[in-house]
Amino acid sequence: MATATKPATWPDEIYDAFRRLDIRQVAYVPDAGHTRLINACEADRDMQVISCTTEEEGVAMLSGTWLGGERGALLMQSSGVGNTINLLSISLECRMPLVMVVTMRGEWGEFNPWQLPMGQKAGAVFEEMGVIVYRVEKAEEIGPTTYAAALMAFNTGRPVAILIAQCVIGFKDWSK
Amino acid sequence: MSSGHMDRRDVARKLLAARGDALVVTGLGSTCYDAGAVADHPLTFYFWGGMGAAAMAGLGLALAQKKRPVLVLTGDGEMLMGLGALATLGTQGPPNLSIVVIDNELYSETGMQKTHTARGLDMAGMAKAAGFKRTATIRNEAELDDWVPRLYQPEGAAFVAIKVNDARYPLTSKVRDGSLIKNRFREALLGPAALE
Repeated sequence: MATATKPATWPDEIYDAFRRLDIRQVAYVPDAGHTRLINACEADRDMQVISCTTEEEGVAMLSGTWLGGERGALLMQSSGVGNTINLLSISLECRMPLVMVVTMRGEWGEFNPWQLPMGQKAGAVFEEMGVIVYRVEKAEEIGPTTYAAALMAFNTGRPVAILIAQCVIGFKDWSK
Repeated sequence: MSSGHMDRRDVARKLLAARGDALVVTGLGSTCYDAGAVADHPLTFYFWGGMGAAAMAGLGLALAQKKRPVLVLTGDGEMLMGLGALATLGTQGPPNLSIVVIDNELYSETGMQKTHTARGLDMAGMAKAAGFKRTATIRNEAELDDWVPRLYQPEGAAFVAIKVNDARYPLTSKVRDGSLIKNRFREALLGPAALE
């Protein structure tokens, strides 16, 4: 990491937002940027945390979550945005809430060129599909933005994505 | 040609007649039409799109409603599109979830092309390898009669492939609006407050 040496606390703030929102099911595709949040959710006995093999599974699962009367969220990284596209039709057609918290790659000090195509277009692709996108570039805004975006999703039956900028997450500096 | 000889509507009728208080999710295509035609029910959620989503939607539902049996009724083509979900479902293994694949070995909505099950793919075998507690490939009425009640017992995640013939039926199920299907389901399950 090229940024701070002490662990970032914004994942704890997302977790607190999840608690306040009564989120009971968390689907995720493993991602380094979400490690701390995934661990916090897994330690919570009130949350059922499901590791998915692809983001599509998480989108599909959360439709069942909502049908069953619970609230959920999907954690993923930007490279997985493209995997969700056709299944966004569930949220869009059924007016079901869908909360996606996305850690960004391919935009800030990225070392891996393969991350750029999806990282550069993740927000635009979501918006083109009708997902309401919140991009956050300051750590202190992540918790409140997640809470507000998810609350709106649950109250209005819309898909929302919170994109956490790579400049907040940090990056691997391979020049050292 | 399909290797199965049972009729898909007879199978759907038998399955849904035994549903009791179960929650049902159908995949898109023929199983959606079958369920709507033979036994429409507010606690059936019909996918008309989102190919590959049905089984995982069943997982979210089964986790939210642990005291209710959840049955996913889908086709071989639909299941194949979300096959990775077998890994997630098998390892999670919610005891109240049964995945039923009506397997005609064909993509009947798109011109009757063969699916991989026509070429020997053993989907129930894959489910077993993924960790499903109960799996079977059902080829006749006696096996079906034996399995139907067990699919609604919370005795471990179940995956059954039911081989059917290649019969197609006219589309008589008409309600397609996803918001309506969702609201109907949630109101029946959760009460009027679910619509607030």
